[in-house]
Amino acid sequence: MIPFDYARPATVGAAVASINKDATAQLIAGGTNLVDLMKRGVMSPQKLIDVTRLPLKEIKEANGIIRIGALALNSEVAENETIRKALPLLSQALNAGASAQIRNMATVGGNAMQRTRCPYFYDTVMPCNKRQPGTGCSALKGYNRMHAIFGASDKCIAVNPSDMCIALAALEATVIVAGAKGERRIPILDFHRLPGDNPAKDNNLQKGEMITAIEVPVNKAFAKNSLYQKIRDRASYAFALVSVAAALDIKGKTIQQARLAMGGVAHKPWRLTTAETFLKGKEATVANFQQAAALALKDAKSYGHNDFKLTLAPNTIVHTLKTLTGI
Amino acid sequence: MDKLFFDTNAPMADLDRVDGRAKVTGAAKYAAEYDLPGMTYGVLAGSNITKGTITAIDTKGAEKAPGVIAVITHLNAPKIPGYDEGTNPAKGQTGGKGLRIFNDNIIRFNGQPIALVIADTFERATYAASLIKAQYNKEAPHTDLVDAMKTDKPLEGQRYNEVVRGEKDAWKGAPVKIESTYIMPIHVHNPMELHATTVRWDGDDKVTVWEKTQGVKSTQQSVMQAFKLEEKNVQVNAQYVGGGFGAALRTWPHAIAALMGAKKTGKPLKLVLTRPQMFTLVGYRPEAIQKIAIGANTDGRLMGMMHEAAAITSTYEAFNEGLVKMTLQLYACANVTTKYNIYQLDVSTPTWMRGPGEATGSFPLECGLDELSYALKMDPIELRLRNYAETDPENGKPYSSKFLKEAYELGKDKIDWKRRNPEPKSMKDGEWQVGYGMSTGLFGAFRGQANLAAKLYADGTLLLQSAVSDSGPGTATAMVQIASDAMGIPANKIRFELGDSSLPPGPTQGGSSTTSTLGAAVSNACVTLKKKLAEAAKKSPVFGGDVAVESLDFSKGELSLKGDDSKRLSYGDVIKGAALSSIDVIENAVPNPAMQKYSAYSYSVHFVRVKVHPLTGVVRIDKIVTAADAGKIVSYKTAESQMIGGVVGGLGGALMEEGVIDHRYGRWVNNNLADYHVPVHADVPHIEAYFVNKPDPVLNPVGSKGMGEIALIGFAAAVANAIYHATGKRIRQLPITPDKILEANSI
Repeated sequence: MIPFDYARPATVGAAVASINKDATAQLIAGGTNLVDLMKRGVMSPQKLIDVTRLPLKEIKEANGIIRIGALALNSEVAENETIRKALPLLSQALNAGASAQIRNMATVGGNAMQRTRCPYFYDTVMPCNKRQPGTGCSALKGYNRMHAIFGASDKCIAVNPSDMCIALAALEATVIVAGAKGERRIPILDFHRLPGDNPAKDNNLQKGEMITAIEVPVNKAFAKNSLYQKIRDRASYAFALVSVAAALDIKGKTIQQARLAMGGVAHKPWRLTTAETFLKGKEATVANFQQAAALALKDAKSYGHNDFKLTLAPNTIVHTLKTLTGI
Repeated sequence: MDKLFFDTNAPMADLDRVDGRAKVTGAAKYAAEYDLPGMTYGVLAGSNITKGTITAIDTKGAEKAPGVIAVITHLNAPKIPGYDEGTNPAKGQTGGKGLRIFNDNIIRFNGQPIALVIADTFERATYAASLIKAQYNKEAPHTDLVDAMKTDKPLEGQRYNEVVRGEKDAWKGAPVKIESTYIMPIHVHNPMELHATTVRWDGDDKVTVWEKTQGVKSTQQSVMQAFKLEEKNVQVNAQYVGGGFGAALRTWPHAIAALMGAKKTGKPLKLVLTRPQMFTLVGYRPEAIQKIAIGANTDGRLMGMMHEAAAITSTYEAFNEGLVKMTLQLYACANVTTKYNIYQLDVSTPTWMRGPGEATGSFPLECGLDELSYALKMDPIELRLRNYAETDPENGKPYSSKFLKEAYELGKDKIDWKRRNPEPKSMKDGEWQVGYGMSTGLFGAFRGQANLAAKLYADGTLLLQSAVSDSGPGTATAMVQIASDAMGIPANKIRFELGDSSLPPGPTQGGSSTTSTLGAAVSNACVTLKKKLAEAAKKSPVFGGDVAVESLDFSKGELSLKGDDSKRLSYGDVIKGAALSSIDVIENAVPNPAMQKYSAYSYSVHFVRVKVHPLTGVVRIDKIVTAADAGKIVSYKTAESQMIGGVVGGLGGALMEEGVIDHRYGRWVNNNLADYHVPVHADVPHIEAYFVNKPDPVLNPVGSKGMGEIALIGFAAAVANAIYHATGKRIRQLPITPDKILEANSI
């Protein structure tokens, strides 16, 4: 870890000003990812702007929208009564992430900002386009068991590691950011990026912007019928091989509306819109679930060690929908 | 906890760990926790390449960094006198020379230390170490065992010769046979406590070392040898060790570096490895690819077996272990052929890891037996009983004790084996497939030499001392229990001191031999104490002169005349009456020569019930029963805990542990505890451990056999066998992760 300066601004405005002023400054909240990255030499900010004391922890509901402050802890949100009732999918996804100790430190804003856990990104000796543009992607022909099957490029096949964001994608959340020019609202699906030719950039946050809140619309039908299913190598404290966030509006046996998103499969939360469209108006049957899953996988591509995801992903979609509908 | 199966004549004490409170309250101090005045901190910088030579090394940035006191590289390293000898100052492996740190510019593995940075704080040393820049003449790395088996010749020598018992290839002519290849990846010990060395030199020829070690005497010997020091001038302390599993059985190069650095600066120094360094600098269980073939008669009697193993070692040491031995030892089979091949790769040297050899070898053997049982349509336990060895198949010797049959019965009953439908893929729980599996574990029961001091004081307390380490099993607790049972003294009045090389020489803690070796010394010392007490009691009017030790009862913590317990005298009164302050015994306990006529093994039988999700490939182990023949159980609570701990290790090996090296670079991919998975609590079901608890009458006077290794040996096979029973999928490669389940073909 390199020596660095440290500041603790008192207002959002001051925090935004700090990162605008200083190109080497970096916001820090729970630090559960950034500190690791600094220890490994992957990120070397010369100044840390500690935002943990800013008044951005509130969780409140108004006009059918739940607003979660960016500094609310993952554990606080997961256990919050309003969230558990109105957004059980989000609560489940948060509890599926990391360990209890990390959830007690990590914030909602930080969760959305966390970086890929691709091992080549973490090792400064190995080539990695995300860490050092132009050096190549070591995972492409390397150990890529955890890597993407959707939306990757030959520059980067890393995945976004968040569980929370997969639920937020299914629930069509909005990320609220503050910048020098004021506030901006970014739909969660437009927040993270695909790697394309510029994998160094994880998301569409602009220089000098910080997340202040996340807004999630409440849908009572989804609240009754939603499930986050995470498949991993051990029962807890492991990143997803694949995960599925599913929410259904179902009347009798007919699916009125479906929301499906997957984790562990892409550089961003991966929404399964084709499968959703297919399921709309269909009966909840295993055959329909299988067909939806097959449609969802249409553009999937694997890289060797992660070939199994082409089987595991559709199976997990079917498994999640079966469990959710009790079929 | 079920005590019904204990020998009811045996003591049934449930002594709490004597060091338990110190450990859970943080009062226990480990090697990295000694803070000496003027302490300096050493951090190692590692090589970024896997093979080649250092052509230039730039240390200027590090030297100028704040707080830096010294930077040591191969260019300026003080000479280690022991390096000149043919022997290895960091001794312990079976051939070659240990890595001589900073002795030359040759890079032998990725992460090999190229510099030691010493600074006034750990953080400053860490930062300065990141500024070390080396240039290399790089060669292509060779770290892949699969490649090596195609292109390289394995090492030659007596240890690697083919062993043929009876007729070679007899299995091929059998009416029922199986032939399979099993793959096990690198496993890394990863004890919670990082390896650490704290050093203080007092002048040029006297040193004190606080070290994470499983043997304070062996560390002392290594330091003496490396630096040409006298025994009395090398003090090694390891009062507490936070897990070893074999990784702390040898004095590794980083300890030599710490000694070198402290000597050079004249200041005390502390060096703690990082977690990534724990993957490269302190050994690991080598990757192995093993072929097994077994042939049997239609009645299940084994006609022949073949076991051929290939494993990895470094280019500078030939690390050996008994990978194929269990196949020669476990079953009554006249025709067995084994071959052990090791390949030298550009990796650091592997080392013993819990269940060394057998943990690897038991995977193909015990899965192979399971495959055979299905081919025969025979219960896997019945198959093992039909081939039960009544004498050692290697030499015909009788066993000093063997209660494996009893362990099978015990485990079979507790897992409720009769509920198992023998047909694979036949049992379900909702959408989960359910399966039962079992396996056998075996490990030699050993006993070495131990010295022990015992002092019985006039206040009735007993002090026992020996220079051993306790890396976790609860050695002091077991020794206190043995002494308490022998002398009738309550456990809280007995203290066992260890972890100090100035105490009477004790054994290194390895090979499941400490209780057998040291327990014998405690037991013998108590016999001598009783004799001395009887002798001293002559002076007391209570017994009216001479009293034979045989006519005295000591079970109540005092001397009382058998048949007339009105004649009694406390130990304290005997000592005071003889005008002594204490009665002292120095015991040197050596193995029982009668053992030459016997073979001795400990046995475990593992039973698991698994659930497998057919769509996602997720495996959950929902019940574990492990039954062991480990001789007499000295300390029930620590024994049970040791079995549970070993089983959890086995569970990790079966389902998740895998050291991954990217062979393009020869560099580790998952050298941290987020990516190298060990079980979390949610993976571990309730584990039931049972003991046959019958004393071995020959090995040692306590009747105990070893336990640490058998707790893990065979466990992976039990899990793989249960998964086969649940799914009809035979997974022959560890770890059994969801991808392997999904990609395997079912019957």
